[in-house]
Amino acid sequence: MKRFRNINGGILRDLALVAAMLPVVCWIQFRSGGIFLTGENLTDLLKETAVLGIMAAGMMPIMLTGGIDLSVGSVMALGGMLGATLLKECPGIAPAVVLLVGCLTGTCCGLFNGFLTARLRILPIIATLGTMYAFRGLTYLVANGRWILQGDMGGEFLRLASGSTLGVNNLVAIELVVYVVGFVFLSFCPCGRNLYAAGSNPDSARVCGINVDRTLLLAYALTGMVAGFAGILYVCDFGVAQGESASGYEMSVIAACVLGGVSISGGTGRIQGVFLGSLFLGILNNAMPLIHVSPFFQEAIRGGIILFSIVLNVIIARRIGKAALERRRRV
Amino acid sequence: MKRPENNAALLAHERNFSWGRLLCWEALLLLLLIGVNAMNMCVSPGYGDFPVLMDALRNFADKAIIAFPVAMVVLTGEIDISVGSTLALSAVTMGLCYRIGLPLGLCVVIAVATGALCGLFNGIILALYRELSSMIVTLSTLIVYRGLASVLMGKESVSFPVQGWFNEISWGDFLGCPYGVLFALAEALLFCYLIHCTVFGRHCRAVGSGSEASRFSGIKVERIKIVLFTLSGLFAGVAAVFLTSWMCSARADMARGYEMDVIAMVVLGGFSTAGGKGTLPGVLLAIPVIGLLRHGLGLMNMGSQAILIVVGSLLVVAAAIPGLRLLFGGTVRRK
Amino acid sequence: MSVSVAYQKTNPSGSAGDYVLEARGICKTFSGASALKDVDFRLRRGEIHALMGANGAGKSTLIDILTGVSRPDGGEIFLDGEKVFFRSVNDARRRSISAIYQNGAAFLHLNVTENIFAGHGVTTALGLLNWRAMHARAEELLRRLGCSIDPRRPMGDLTPGERQVVEIAKALSAQSRILIMDEPTAALSWRESMELYDIVRRLRADGCSIIFVSHRLEDIRALTDRITVLRDGECVGTWDTAGIGESELLTAMAGRRMDTVYPRRTRRIGEELLRIDGFTRAGYFKDVSLTLRRGEILGLAGLVGAGRTEVMRCVFGIDRADRGDVFLNGRRLRISCARDAMDAGIGYLPENRLAEGLLPEWGIGENISIGELRRFTRASFISQTKERIRSAELASAVGVKAKSIFDSVRSLSGGNQQKVVFAKIRNSDLEVLILDEPTKGVDVGAKSQIYEMISSFAARGFGVIMVSSELSEVLGMSDTVAVMRDGVVSAVFDNDGSLSQKTILKAAMPV
Repeated sequence: MKRFRNINGGILRDLALVAAMLPVVCWIQFRSGGIFLTGENLTDLLKETAVLGIMAAGMMPIMLTGGIDLSVGSVMALGGMLGATLLKECPGIAPAVVLLVGCLTGTCCGLFNGFLTARLRILPIIATLGTMYAFRGLTYLVANGRWILQGDMGGEFLRLASGSTLGVNNLVAIELVVYVVGFVFLSFCPCGRNLYAAGSNPDSARVCGINVDRTLLLAYALTGMVAGFAGILYVCDFGVAQGESASGYEMSVIAACVLGGVSISGGTGRIQGVFLGSLFLGILNNAMPLIHVSPFFQEAIRGGIILFSIVLNVIIARRIGKAALERRRRV
Repeated sequence: MKRPENNAALLAHERNFSWGRLLCWEALLLLLLIGVNAMNMCVSPGYGDFPVLMDALRNFADKAIIAFPVAMVVLTGEIDISVGSTLALSAVTMGLCYRIGLPLGLCVVIAVATGALCGLFNGIILALYRELSSMIVTLSTLIVYRGLASVLMGKESVSFPVQGWFNEISWGDFLGCPYGVLFALAEALLFCYLIHCTVFGRHCRAVGSGSEASRFSGIKVERIKIVLFTLSGLFAGVAAVFLTSWMCSARADMARGYEMDVIAMVVLGGFSTAGGKGTLPGVLLAIPVIGLLRHGLGLMNMGSQAILIVVGSLLVVAAAIPGLRLLFGGTVRRK
Repeated sequence: MSVSVAYQKTNPSGSAGDYVLEARGICKTFSGASALKDVDFRLRRGEIHALMGANGAGKSTLIDILTGVSRPDGGEIFLDGEKVFFRSVNDARRRSISAIYQNGAAFLHLNVTENIFAGHGVTTALGLLNWRAMHARAEELLRRLGCSIDPRRPMGDLTPGERQVVEIAKALSAQSRILIMDEPTAALSWRESMELYDIVRRLRADGCSIIFVSHRLEDIRALTDRITVLRDGECVGTWDTAGIGESELLTAMAGRRMDTVYPRRTRRIGEELLRIDGFTRAGYFKDVSLTLRRGEILGLAGLVGAGRTEVMRCVFGIDRADRGDVFLNGRRLRISCARDAMDAGIGYLPENRLAEGLLPEWGIGENISIGELRRFTRASFISQTKERIRSAELASAVGVKAKSIFDSVRSLSGGNQQKVVFAKIRNSDLEVLILDEPTKGVDVGAKSQIYEMISSFAARGFGVIMVSSELSEVLGMSDTVAVMRDGVVSAVFDNDGSLSQKTILKAAMPV
């Protein structure tokens, strides 16, 4: 019995990503005059990428089904804004309740997106392009032109981001928990595996008895929930909630996922890869001020990463397909 | 099996012309357009005056310029959401060239050329790597082009003359009609001809209905895609000239959100995102529906935020119509 | 999802005990048109029962009803004598009926185990999936079928034959006693088909009853006990396989006397028309050289995956070969896309009708004219009248059965659709016709018309290359038979009457 390693999308891809990261890290370390790889900077780095990592993991359900969600940034903003408003109006409220409000908001938004794409059969990119602006508008309405600042939020809430548990920063701890839960869900839960099936071949999935519409709805609801959750954490981290929060965030999230090996057309993607992808992006974001790269380059680099990753994915897939074909010939 | 000799004559009879089938969608759009205008007139009494109306049209002439080539892209089953960023990059390039002292006429040409190059890049990537969808490619170029515009110009802006022929591009008019509107109308005629009367247009429609089958029929699918995306970029460059002339300045953050309006116009105009469907008169009607609606909402002093909600919802509703038909029976084709 | 099955014990008649599955009076209509009319079907315990019929005869509809995918508008289904009513696919599966479809039903990104257990995984007490148990069970199932694939492999890595086995394992994992196999050998090589036959016999020995849907008389003769024929939604009859002749079967399916399917041909073969020299494409085919002469029909035989379609696609310009030349009338052609090939005078009938040959949403006329629209333009405006008339001429010349040129192609039968593709190809000026499985999924009546067309095209001094997996077709139509094996041309035979299917097979099978 031949043991065959699945190199397409498997561990090899993660290793390749790490291998690609190493020279970049070395170069950054050199250019920053040695500040990059210090303990302080690295802990800062982890903390800064925590929210992105959480949101990238949350984006996976939708992308696995072959869809996309451009509205996550707006959902984050809406969730964060509602949570912050709640904090402001009812001081002393438990942070857990605020998180819950965020989750609920996000889930509602996600369900709405899911209804549009699964029931009304609108192309996900168009549906979420529209809701991206619609939710953003709602955020502005709620904000009513005002910013909600640290002073309004209360110390207990802010400790969510600044405090630590067991020596690890809270946000990083939450990120780890999210990834563990995500890993279990995507690998061991029938619902999670259904996402892969629905993304790989929806018609077959239907014949197998999987309710594809319900699976899609679940995917969007999950992503929305995580977006709302991440929005609260975002607001907590930055200490400010305003209409423009998390504007353009969805692009970073998509970049992290694509970099981590999640296929745009659905069916493949490992959460470990997404973690590495968000880490890579975080490294770039962290490193740029250190090596005196203007922040204006960030957007271009992000877009370039997505473009480069998707093209690379295609080239690799073609190579592998050809190799498999040659192998079959010899059999 | 008997083969009736006059079978050819039987098969060849002309299709019964059914007005209903042809005009259903466009009739609905016409009603919408009348409704929007009625609403606007209620809000602002001076609205019905010709100069006021023309002024309103001038505001979104640039979006109209972009909408027609994007409609053709959607006809082939692709999508181009990088148009707003292409516009910005074209404008920024033009601004920089102007700042370093190149003649204004040359700058305009450079703007159009930049747009065309951006579109060409999209097309080439899609042609080389067929496995990629235009959705993700134009999403990433949306980011890249906007990013490049930021890199080139940062938060600054370049001012353009308030007098002279450049300003006249947007602010001048011919017999009361702004040049932008006239240009858009001429463009509409051009694309109407392209889509409905030429072999090229029929080929585009075929590609949207089935790209493999089109390939086997001798249609050069990749070449069509390259041409269409280049056109889309080129007209985004033209729109950049109009917008810059209108604003009298070029900035890196111009035209943010344009892609949403443009896609909304195209989809509302009856072009299915799956490709193969849509008529130009539909887009021609959908453009003022959305443009004038925005204008009207502004008249009502609705905050820009609320306008965002409305237009975003409108895009969703327009895209939902085939799906709504599905909910009430019938089938919708999904790629 | 609760199991909802209505039990109604019927008075056991003498024969009811023999039947594990019985369908009586099944009716089904789709938007006004009736797909099945009062169909009776009985499956005996432990038998392999063939279900035959032309495309559109209603086989797929019947299968969908028997497996719970759709519900009948009328009629009853009995399992082991008890009346049942399926609410869903899972429902039917729980009652031990599963269907095994062709390749398109696989999850290519997922591994074999997941494909087997999709939708009904083995869970632990906590509700989480137990991968170890699933992998072990998958291995066991595959071993039972004589297969030693590692279930951890991704499905996309397997050959079509291996995938077919996994599909069977999938049905077995649900412990189905009644299996419905829909054209299982369609994408398989001959050796894989033989292996499949063994598996099917093994399944029968294990106690399964099997419904075997196929067009291929070879499969049916080799494997089945009884045959039921559907035609136009009605059950024409059920016979013992051994007791019915080919001609009778064909008559039953087509509804009229059909003895010889192939037209009589007089050969008049001239000088070289098309020559393919040293065609190579890494991973697909190597050093392929073929010669086609005027008036000749060259049959290209071989197992699925031998590389025939791949070679022809390169000749037509759809794919690019690494090396090699194509010569037409002695002149070297430079072909980089289909347009070049068409302009040179080469026409191509693709293998997948609906995906590659036609635009399903369009009308007949538009499909026919799309290849050569330039003919109908005047000052770059398309003349709709010219187009309409020419399309109608072509459509009637090939015998398309339709009311008007504007009828949607999707509504036509398989044979009619194929004729539309023929009409489209004939719109161009051709010297060479390349056909890829020209009668796949085509009903018997249309088949003979198509053969007639091919024959007359060759008779006019042009050349035909016909890629086909139906050996009887290859022998019945070709003047010369080239055989490909594993990407190379293994033999070229002159079809002078002494050539047998066995000889071709021998050349086609891997050494």
